[in-house]
Amino acid sequence: MDRRESLKLLALALSATAPGVLTAAGCRWTASDAERAAREAEEARSRGDFSPQFFTDEEYETVRILADLIIPADDRSGSATDAGVPEFMDFIVTDMPDMQEPMRQGLAWLDVYARERFGASFAACSDAQRVDLVDAIAWPEDADPALADGVMFFNFFRDLTASGFWTTEAGMADLGYMGNVFVAEWTGARKSEIERLGLSEAPWETL
Amino acid sequence: MRHIISPNVYDVAVVGSGAGGGMAAYVLAEAGANVVMLEAGPMWDAATDGDMFTWNYTSPRRGASSKERPFGEFDGCIGGWEIEGEPYTHAPGTEWDWFRARMLGGRTNHWGRISLRFGPDDFRGYSLDGLGDDWPIGYEDMAPWYDKVDQLVGIFGNRDGFYNEPDGDFLLPPAPRLHELLVMQGAAKMGIPVLANRLSILTKAHNGRPACHFCGQCGRGCATGSNFSSPSVLLPPALNTGRLTIVDNAMAREVTTDREGLATGVSYVNRNDMQEYAVRARTVVLAASACETARLLLNSTSPQHPAGLANASGVVGRYLMDSTGASVAGIFPQLVGRTPHNEDGVGGAHIYIPWFGYDQKRDFARGYHLEIWGGRQQPGYGFVDGIHTVNNLFEDRPRGGGGYGMQLKQDYRDLYGSVVGFSARGEMVARYDNYCEIDPDVVDKYGIPVLRFDVRWSDEEYLQIKHAQEASRNLVEAMGGEILTPMLSKEEGYGISAPGQIIHEVGTVRMGDDPAKAPLNAWCQAHDARNVFVTDGAPFVSQAHKNTTWTILAMAWRTADHIVELRNAGAL
Repeated sequence: MDRRESLKLLALALSATAPGVLTAAGCRWTASDAERAAREAEEARSRGDFSPQFFTDEEYETVRILADLIIPADDRSGSATDAGVPEFMDFIVTDMPDMQEPMRQGLAWLDVYARERFGASFAACSDAQRVDLVDAIAWPEDADPALADGVMFFNFFRDLTASGFWTTEAGMADLGYMGNVFVAEWTGARKSEIERLGLSEAPWETL
Repeated sequence: MRHIISPNVYDVAVVGSGAGGGMAAYVLAEAGANVVMLEAGPMWDAATDGDMFTWNYTSPRRGASSKERPFGEFDGCIGGWEIEGEPYTHAPGTEWDWFRARMLGGRTNHWGRISLRFGPDDFRGYSLDGLGDDWPIGYEDMAPWYDKVDQLVGIFGNRDGFYNEPDGDFLLPPAPRLHELLVMQGAAKMGIPVLANRLSILTKAHNGRPACHFCGQCGRGCATGSNFSSPSVLLPPALNTGRLTIVDNAMAREVTTDREGLATGVSYVNRNDMQEYAVRARTVVLAASACETARLLLNSTSPQHPAGLANASGVVGRYLMDSTGASVAGIFPQLVGRTPHNEDGVGGAHIYIPWFGYDQKRDFARGYHLEIWGGRQQPGYGFVDGIHTVNNLFEDRPRGGGGYGMQLKQDYRDLYGSVVGFSARGEMVARYDNYCEIDPDVVDKYGIPVLRFDVRWSDEEYLQIKHAQEASRNLVEAMGGEILTPMLSKEEGYGISAPGQIIHEVGTVRMGDDPAKAPLNAWCQAHDARNVFVTDGAPFVSQAHKNTTWTILAMAWRTADHIVELRNAGAL
């Protein structure tokens, strides 16, 4: 059995026996459930004892490492885990049952791949080994076609990390989002940007 | 069936509280009629129940959709494509997506506020190209009521004098956003016109309602009532007359009739106690949405109306139309990494592209307009999804798109708001063969027979959308961008939306002078039951490519004025 086949089969087997940790699986949460879950997650996070509802402890460790590889801290804002991205993911995959299989299967794929390359689960690998593994699946056009499942998972996980990070207060501040406020007078686009792009103001009368 | 019947006999019973029902109730109550309004959903007040100014980060969902809120969890409309216990069915191999609101004000709570008048050509399509039918009225008949709607509700726009896009009584439009100015520059290169958008959003205080504060969240319901929704503009003055009674959670079952076949009121199921009730009224106005109104009429059978009330012609449910739809998105290097400023603006585009092909030789009927979207909106769920397909477009990346870490983090900052989209909304030709009817085998949880849909696009619609796709793609290129959405093949319908998806349902109870061909006369009065009127989108003879609400409001006002005249003359 070649590597591609073994990875596929193992990932399939793992997903087929995925632990059924969710009572809410298959039905979306109501608005009040969501509010309560957010409150409880935030409280638990500030106490440092958040326990995921969807992820196993091993999966959750991998989620935290991956999220911070994707969005690390820099001088403008913190990292994905600083922004609560793992907690966000735990909620979202609970709320959107269609995402559970891609998430669980993808995390399993990554561990299978890590064991094959380095003889240890992803979380148990060294930093350098993890970078090596992620490098193999982070650039879709450049990746080995045999790793297509891993590439697809990484795209999925990258998107979800971004959703979780940039929608936080810190993420919006980093982006310079200046809206969602009362504006007494609408003045249109920033003049320096209109000039930079070589554009003209509207030919009709405006506010 | 046993009913709990109200002791009052109202002058008018109105079914539905959206644009058509709200307007009818407003005009009739102001004119002195005692009005009872049935609404299938609960009461709702944007000032207290809406989510304006709510930050996406206050929810773990970050603004993502939920089953009850398919347009995002903070959207101002309760309802959706699927409502538990209220199914609808399809003829084999056909599609119809039906968005139903269940709340006071209906879909006016979250609609796009695009308030285009139908033009002279839109009322006489058959005379121009031999397809469909002409309306029994023309633009000149409607113009006074369009004017009245403009003045009552408030609308911004520019008096452009553009062909078949009649100007209104406009407030000043807001200056375009940066990406909208880019669209205007690109369109100018192609000779495609761009106009100031025409939205029912107040750019200055109007009739006691404050001006817009430019948070861009009209769709969540405006707490200050600065845009049009039925509960913020029409229902308060109607209630202030003391002559409007609103019955909420009232799911209409049928219009009751007497031995002469005239309406006597409406029976309904109270959603709270699931009991059967009825209100009595001298006149019945239906405004439950084009399809729900057709359903009510078809379910209102009696010895005088064996095929359903107002259905002697047999065409109730037929000529069902929606707008065609397709979207093209592009990404623009000029917009990458721009200096931040507040781009929220009003809740909708500040510009639009009107139909520009009147003089072109073309292989399809009728036209479309293009709606523009983009800008740095409040980040929400799905933020720059699929970045791996775009972050190598404008910079040389040896390994292609994707990646992770510091470079990726910077890419998100730079690419934020660099996508601009074009959504075509086109006219579907009215056809007898596109219809909804009562499904003989299925009832909803109230025991009310449901609708079965049989709707198909024709080549007129497919080729129109092909044209819209090509024009939009040329526009992206003229603006210097990269196209992100694939050109779909003929077999894929060129990317046309499923019928119903654009939520411009009209045409099921059409107007016409000939009672053999149309259920309603030129005043939206039933030919075969003189005290039954329809004021939603059902009476439309054609759809035009224009968003339907402004015409619903103007026609509802015109119809209500006519009801007042008939009442005063003792003719009802």
